[in-house]
Amino acid sequence: MKRYSAFAVAREALGNHMGWERAWASPEPKKKYDVIIIGAGGHGLATAYYLGKNHGITNVAILEKGWLGGGNTGRNTTIIRSNYLQDPSAAIYEKARSLYETLSQDLNYNVMFSPRGVMMLAQTQHEVRGYERTAHANALQGVKTEFITPARVKELVPIINLDGPRYPVLGALWQARGGTARHDAVAWGYARACSAMGMDVIQKCEVTGVRTVDGKVQGVTTNRGDIDCEKLGVVVAGHSGHVADMAGFRLPIESVTLQALVSEPIKPCMDVVVMANTVHGYMSQSDKGEMVIGGGTDGSNNYTQRGSFHHIEETVRALVETFPMVSRLKMLRQWGGIVDITGDRSPMLSKTPVENMFINCGWGTGGFKAIPGSGWGFAELVAKGYSPLTEEFGIDRFKEGRFIDESGAAGVAH
Amino acid sequence: MLILECPCCGVVGEETEFAGGGEAHLKRFGPGSSEENFHDYLFAKENPKGVHFERWRHANGCGKWFHAARNTVTLEVYGTYSAQTYEPPQEIKDKVSAKVPGWSWREFA
Repeated sequence: MKRYSAFAVAREALGNHMGWERAWASPEPKKKYDVIIIGAGGHGLATAYYLGKNHGITNVAILEKGWLGGGNTGRNTTIIRSNYLQDPSAAIYEKARSLYETLSQDLNYNVMFSPRGVMMLAQTQHEVRGYERTAHANALQGVKTEFITPARVKELVPIINLDGPRYPVLGALWQARGGTARHDAVAWGYARACSAMGMDVIQKCEVTGVRTVDGKVQGVTTNRGDIDCEKLGVVVAGHSGHVADMAGFRLPIESVTLQALVSEPIKPCMDVVVMANTVHGYMSQSDKGEMVIGGGTDGSNNYTQRGSFHHIEETVRALVETFPMVSRLKMLRQWGGIVDITGDRSPMLSKTPVENMFINCGWGTGGFKAIPGSGWGFAELVAKGYSPLTEEFGIDRFKEGRFIDESGAAGVAH
Repeated sequence: MLILECPCCGVVGEETEFAGGGEAHLKRFGPGSSEENFHDYLFAKENPKGVHFERWRHANGCGKWFHAARNTVTLEVYGTYSAQTYEPPQEIKDKVSAKVPGWSWREFA
C-alpha cells in the first residue's frame, strides 16, 4: 500500500493522477480463515483492524452483504462524545473518543475528526440535575465535561433561542473534546488498513447460515459458498437477531428504524454539535454547510430503513423552536437506518451460547462514536476471550440484573 | 404512513393516534418458574424480519389495547384483532398465509 501524503499528491500530480492504486482489494473468498467478521461497517472493520494491529491475527475475512459502510455507518449523524453516566460506558466511549483523536494518523486516512465540542441542552430541572450528576461522574471517570450556564450556551451557539416557547434552556452538559468525523471515511480508512495487512474485505457476500458442530462454530454459508473459520465475530447491528437465529439462539434485541435528515448547504452558522433531548432534536453543521439533523426512532419494530413520517415533523418542530433561523431552511434528504436496541439501551460485546462465536451489537442509536473503542475491545475479546473494556457488556447481564442503564442518563438521543 | 383500524371502537387512524406496546401473546410464568422463563419474558423479544404480532393501544382514541399482525419489512398490516386471546385468530393467520406462505412466529404458523 502506498502511503497518502502531501508528497504523494505532488508525485501523482506529475503523472496526471493515473498512478493512484485502489484503496482496498476485492478478493475472492478463501476456503478457511482464522477469524471471520460478519459485517463490514465501522465496528466490524475496526474489530478486524485491531485484531491485526494489536493481536497479530491477519488471516481474517470481513464479509459484507451490501457495500462497505453502507448500513448504519453511512447513515448516522457522525456525533462523537463520551459523556456517559455509567463507568463501563464511559470507559469504552472514552477509549473510542481518544482513539479518534489520532485515527487519521494511525490509518493514514483522513477521517476528518473535528473535536468542535458537543453540547447537550438541559431544558427541565430534571435534566439539569441529571447532567450535573453526569458531569460529576465524568470527573471521577477522567472524562472532561462540564455543566455550563445559559449565557455560555448562547456564547457558543449564537443562533440558539434560550427562552424556547415550551422549554427554556437552563444550562448544558458540555464536552469540548467531543465532535464529529466523516463517517464514510472511518469505514474506508479501516478497510484500507485491513486490506493492507492482508485481510480480505469481501463485499456482496451475504451470510445465509452459520454452521456449528457440537455447539462449536465451524463456519458460515454464504451466497458465494461455504467458508470455514476458527472464530466468528458477528457485527451486524440491526440484523443481529437475524444472524443469531441462524446459529440457534435468541438475543434480547429489537430492531427499529432511526432516521436523520440534512438541509440544503448554508454558510457557517454553528460550529458545535447541539443535542436537545427534551424537545428531541439534534443538529450540527457539516463541512459542506448542510445542517445534519438527527430524528427519532420508530415506535414499533421494523426493517425498512426509511422511518415513520411523523417523526420528521416532531424533529423539525423541536429544531425550529430551539433554532428559529432553521424555519426557512429546505430539507434535502431524509433516510433511516435499522438500529438494534437492547433492554437497557447499552451494547452487547459478548461470547454467545455457541463456542467461538462472538457478538458485538446493541449499539442502538449511538454506535458511530464508539467505533474505535468497540473494535479495540471486541478484537481483544475475540483474540483472548477476555477484555476489560467489554467484560460488563455480556449477554448474561440481563439474566443477572447487572444493567448498564444509560437510557435514564442520556435521554432519548443516545 | 402506518394506518391501523382499532377493533375496539372501529376507528381507522394513522400512526400518531396509536402507541406501540411491543410483542403480543407474551407468556407469563407463575410461581415456581425458572429464571430462564423470567429472563425470556422480560428481554428475549421476538424480532422477526417479516411477519410480526404486536400489541398496540389506541392512545389518542378509545384508549383500549388491541393486537395487530404486521410485516416489519413491507409495513403491510394484515389485520387487527382483540387482545382478549392467547393466539392470533384463524382468520388473521389465513390472511398472513395468503401473503407470506410458510411463515412462522414462535409456535404459531
